Amino acid sequence: MSEIYVITSGKGGVGKTTTTANLGVGLAMRGKKVVLVDTDTGLRNLDLLLGLENRIMYDLIDVTEGRVPYKKALVRHKKYDTLFLLPTSQVKDKMAVNPEQLVALCKELRKEFDYILIDCPAGIEQGFKTAIAAADTALVVTMPEISAVRDADKIIGELGRADKQDIKLIVNRIRPQMVENGDMLDMSDINDILSIDCIGQVPDDIKVVTSTNKGEPCITMDDSQAGTAYRNIVARMCGEDVPFMEFAKEGFWTRLKHVFGK
Amino acid sequence: MIDALMKIFGKKEQSGKIARDRLKVVLIHDRANISPEVMDNLKNDIIKVISNYMEINQQDMDISLANDDDSVALVANIPVSRMKHDKGSH
Repeated sequence: MSEIYVITSGKGGVGKTTTTANLGVGLAMRGKKVVLVDTDTGLRNLDLLLGLENRIMYDLIDVTEGRVPYKKALVRHKKYDTLFLLPTSQVKDKMAVNPEQLVALCKELRKEFDYILIDCPAGIEQGFKTAIAAADTALVVTMPEISAVRDADKIIGELGRADKQDIKLIVNRIRPQMVENGDMLDMSDINDILSIDCIGQVPDDIKVVTSTNKGEPCITMDDSQAGTAYRNIVARMCGEDVPFMEFAKEGFWTRLKHVFGK
Repeated sequence: MIDALMKIFGKKEQSGKIARDRLKVVLIHDRANISPEVMDNLKNDIIKVISNYMEINQQDMDISLANDDDSVALVANIPVSRMKHDKGSH
């Protein structure tokens, strides 16, 4: 039985696309058959994060407008051969796909794939409404920052109005040292305010940037803390009961180095 | 001088706590923007409960959300036309 997830946030820049790429690779590493659907039409980036930008022949709009069958537009991942990307158009806009078209497409994809992950555009307009239309579960990505949490709250309200009951939270870019110092919203604050189930707590990690540079999601790196957090989310998506990780705190020497500006 | 000492030894107010408090207030306001449909349902439910105890003038009743700086209140003005007899069920 396949599952359809939408990865959404309201606010831009909180890590929707990074999350989609990592979860997709993580599920494929477990041998699952996965398709990632980019619905951020006009601002496509999921191809870059997966290192597939040079392999795109057709896109989502070609499929929804009936020019090619979806199989022709799928791009297979270079390393994980059960992972596919359905890229979107870089020249059209968000009005080019409507909810009914995406629902119809996902119905077809369900026959082939174990997991369908839909990368949603920022905002709460048409693009968002289209992206969530077919989803069984919504993963709301936020950050420990007031504007991101406020937007997450708004998105949770919108999902409720669209009758999406299964909503899970991912808190991205947590800076453990700032939380420790009381200078960042902590998990209990965010859980208390949003009151939805949390499925992931991802620390801020420079490896996210370096891995994005190379087009290889950090979930493949054993020495990446964010990678470990993403692997835990994948395990939870597969029904495993994994405790939330303890973040490595800065030691005495690291803090001393900060004091001396090195 | 005291300021400098406070900076070194004292505890400054933690910005995480400020963020949490500001968020809680702003979300009360955000969430209070409820649709007229929800407001109508709420009104009908209130009428149902109150009607068990008294007769009220439904035409003149008024229920609304009032926004203040740091809180939101549900304000109701419900004219009572007649009290029902206490049946002594307690």
